[in-house]
Amino acid sequence: MTPPSTTSTGRLLQGGRVVDATGEQVADVAVRPDGTIAAVGTDLDLTALGLADADVLDCAGCVVAPGLVDLHTHLREPGREEAETIETGSRAAALGGYTAVVAMPNTEPAIDSAGIVRQVLEAGAEAGLCDVRVAGSITAGRRGEALSPMAEMADLGVQIFTDDGNGVQDDRLMRRALEYASGLDLTLAQHCEVEALSEGGHMHEGAWSSRLGIPGIPAEAEELMVFRDIALSRLTGARVHFQHLSTAGAVELVRQAKAKGLPVTAEATPHHFTLTHAEVASYDPTFKVNPPLRDDDDVAAVKAGLVDGTIDAIATDHAPHTQEVKEAPFDEAPCGMLGLETALALAITELVEPGLLTLPEVLALMSWRPAAIAGLDGVHGGPVVADAPAHLVVIDPEEEWTVEPAHLASRSRNTPYAGRTVRGRVRHTLLCGEPTVRDGKATR
Amino acid sequence: MSPTAAARRAGPARNLLGIDDLGPDVASGIDEVMGLTDSFVEVSERIIPKVPTLRGRTVVSLFFEDSTRTRLSFETAAKRLSADTMNFSVSTSSVKKGESLRDTIETIEAMGVDAIVVRHGSSGVPRQVARWTDAAVVNAGDGWHEHPTQALLDCYTIRQHAGSFAGKHIAIVGDVKHSRVARSNVAAFTALGAEVTLVAPPTLLPPSLEGWPVRVSHDLDGVLPHTDVCYLLRMQRERMTEALIPSLREYTATFGLTTRRADRLPDDALIMHPGPMNRGVEIAAEVADRPGAVIVDQVRNGVAVRMAVLFLLLGSGTEWGGEDA
Ligand SMILES: [Zn+2]
Repeated sequence: MTPPSTTSTGRLLQGGRVVDATGEQVADVAVRPDGTIAAVGTDLDLTALGLADADVLDCAGCVVAPGLVDLHTHLREPGREEAETIETGSRAAALGGYTAVVAMPNTEPAIDSAGIVRQVLEAGAEAGLCDVRVAGSITAGRRGEALSPMAEMADLGVQIFTDDGNGVQDDRLMRRALEYASGLDLTLAQHCEVEALSEGGHMHEGAWSSRLGIPGIPAEAEELMVFRDIALSRLTGARVHFQHLSTAGAVELVRQAKAKGLPVTAEATPHHFTLTHAEVASYDPTFKVNPPLRDDDDVAAVKAGLVDGTIDAIATDHAPHTQEVKEAPFDEAPCGMLGLETALALAITELVEPGLLTLPEVLALMSWRPAAIAGLDGVHGGPVVADAPAHLVVIDPEEEWTVEPAHLASRSRNTPYAGRTVRGRVRHTLLCGEPTVRDGKATR
Repeated sequence: MSPTAAARRAGPARNLLGIDDLGPDVASGIDEVMGLTDSFVEVSERIIPKVPTLRGRTVVSLFFEDSTRTRLSFETAAKRLSADTMNFSVSTSSVKKGESLRDTIETIEAMGVDAIVVRHGSSGVPRQVARWTDAAVVNAGDGWHEHPTQALLDCYTIRQHAGSFAGKHIAIVGDVKHSRVARSNVAAFTALGAEVTLVAPPTLLPPSLEGWPVRVSHDLDGVLPHTDVCYLLRMQRERMTEALIPSLREYTATFGLTTRRADRLPDDALIMHPGPMNRGVEIAAEVADRPGAVIVDQVRNGVAVRMAVLFLLLGSGTEWGGEDA
């Protein structure tokens, strides 16, 4: 990416603790006007670096890290701009500490051709708030019938493909997709859901669905497809990335597949490690999501998977919906909840605070590991060192704040965390050295 | 909410969304309704079956799903209490033209109503409605979830014919999984001290019965000799196409209350059904007409029970739950 504006005289991120994949150190970070890092260290000689007039960003008490990378974002444009646009979604991303997001292809029309890929990439670059990348669809129109032109989209830099919103149901087609993708060195990501088992369901099938009288989606609908795709990865040698794992059984299957050395990776969302199906007792469709909120054992298993490395990344599955469509009867409301602006704080509150993970481990799950899965590791998530692009996030890990839907940058308000007090806040986000977020506020 | 309606109420209205809303002690909540029902049964037997209790109050019936029986029962109850009634049925409303559920509620609320009786095919709609209005909300049946006034009239009918509930064995037979009546009745019957056995093939039971104070049997013949009340649920044809049962014929053969099976019941056992019945499927025609079958009493008691519920929500100072956080 090129810097969004070039009036900068360079910047100095002063007084923070720099954390990246190589370790941590107390250091200042100097950024050149061209958006690359000039130097990292203490007592930097700014004059010698040509940055005597540098704009100083206070990072005292904060962690300075590579910008976060979201593998799973629904930006809704084209087609559902009333819920989110590429601009509002990437502003929300910046506020959440992200410098790159992978936009899911379940737009209208679906991202299944070079033309639409180009359109989304251009709109992302124009907004200039975040590096907007796209996932192409595996099948044409996400209909699950024929392969989409993956090579054509790969020429534009698309490296990950998914029919997210739906899993590829046809076993033979999925095998062919994996074979074809492996020839292009691409990754296929799967929304794991066997529709024959989930159809008609609106929440996790179990004690709560039985009590509330809401048709359920059994955990096995997810697990069967995880199992199938592990088998197909073995058959084809192709890389498979499992999206939003939500069940204990699915986590265990991925654990076993990794132990056998298969090229599989997985992500989990904040809502799947912080909320359970008991939330649905309110019949509030804000809590309707796919895969659904599961039970306590599943939440524990997802956390365990994050701790032991079975799950490689925390992804948001940021899925904005307007108030109008969410204020429907539970079984008529669409699935999805917001995620970009709360993910980091939830990870800190629910994983770091109780001592399950350290903050550097959370950053691995939210920055450098997802960057590698998305094929962005040359640009995002890399070590904070001289000459690297200054895609950075500055986090105050102690700041407490309360989630207030009205204050979110997303065009939609469907957060399940309204009113919840969380710890850990993004102070600054820099894209190519330019603050997209400064002192907790979006700059544009 | 209209200023007059607001002035009448000190806080958010009381609701009846499910049996648990009858209070922290569900049994005494049910007892209270039963006691009131006794007096409203007496009103219903008068030459002019009407009292001025809810004069000036407005009760709206908001039915998104057809149920003439239940709607008429509520409207009759409201009229006998001298309330004004409005009928907002979905076929004539703007809901079909894309108006949201919430818009509909706000429109109704703007008319200044005191109670909204909601029937909807989706579970949870009455709870959502209660979040958006200060009027009292009565659940008249939502999806597979609850139908509390049906359970109350069933309790009243059982008490009328069998006296107390303590130690009584009640079998609820059939499609429990899709039954709002079953969910409300399990809660009500067990709260009153009865022992409930659900009798159905596993495909017609909820996927989990965690926390349900019931026993389960797949053998109706074995259960019947120890049953004081045999409560049959309506069996719907589409359960066959959903592969939940092989055929209605097989269902009747294994779970239908045939004449031969009904003979296994104790002599004084009651046979109940929430209606409408599929004679020849879950219940044999002759069985429905036996002396122990109190299906007609259930319908008759419905009006008085609903009068009691409306009176409790609108006409008395009783504090009930059912408010949404
Ligand atoms: Zn998905």
